[in-house]
Amino acid sequence: MLDITCDFKSELLGKFAIETEYDIVTVRQTIRQFAKDAGMGIVDQTRITTAVSELFRNMYNYAGGGKVFIESGDVEGHHALIVTCIDHGPGIENLDLAMSDGYTSGMGMGYGLPGAKRLVDRFEIQSKLNEGTTVRIMKWK
Amino acid sequence: MNQYEKRIPIIKIHDYLIVPIQVDMHDKQAIQLQSQILEEIARTRAKGVLIDISVLEMVDSFIGRMLSGMASMAAIMDTSVVIVGMQPAVAITLVELGLEMPGVDTALNMEKGMEMLERKLNTRKIDTY
Repeated sequence: MLDITCDFKSELLGKFAIETEYDIVTVRQTIRQFAKDAGMGIVDQTRITTAVSELFRNMYNYAGGGKVFIESGDVEGHHALIVTCIDHGPGIENLDLAMSDGYTSGMGMGYGLPGAKRLVDRFEIQSKLNEGTTVRIMKWK
Repeated sequence: MNQYEKRIPIIKIHDYLIVPIQVDMHDKQAIQLQSQILEEIARTRAKGVLIDISVLEMVDSFIGRMLSGMASMAAIMDTSVVIVGMQPAVAITLVELGLEMPGVDTALNMEKGMEMLERKLNTRKIDTY
């Protein structure tokens, strides 16, 4: 796993694999349920569900799948729902470019990363060519 | 049969097709729906399509692109598409996501969507005279 610093206390709520298109749907529904249980409003539930849907699709399309960790934690005084997506795909060559609006990859669409970033409170990404990509997003409760 | 294999119904009423999307679609299902609707347009010679997304709890970039692609394809086949019933939370999220859906007509509910299609068809009739 690529290192993303873990300077917060958290509790693991669930661990899932994204291997098929069905998994994208079921795991995003699970995350919505966690968001609902955490007391988030309908708009925030929709934001985090949509953001993870973009990330899961990237893992499925570009890396053939990956793993998802869902945690509940305290970050900088906020109660947060934390979702970490880890894949061992080809990695992203130019992160700055992939994070810029309007960028499209060879498949005729972008990674949806800048959009996903706007929907959450914190967005971290690490990527290494031929090793994989790790994205961690957080939404304050 | 689980919910993922469930076929999304396409209902024909007079000159219109009504498509109530009532499942959280995966990508392949969204692409299948697109071609099913186009085939139904050709088969029934429908003049308008109402796609009801009132129970959809999220529209991500893929489904958004599918819906706008659908509208452009139908337009080439001389058919208008109106997306009806988008939930407020979905609309907010789509805008924040930065997804533009150019050329896509939307209406608050099925009734307003139907009125919109009827207005369009009437204007078109006048234009042809």
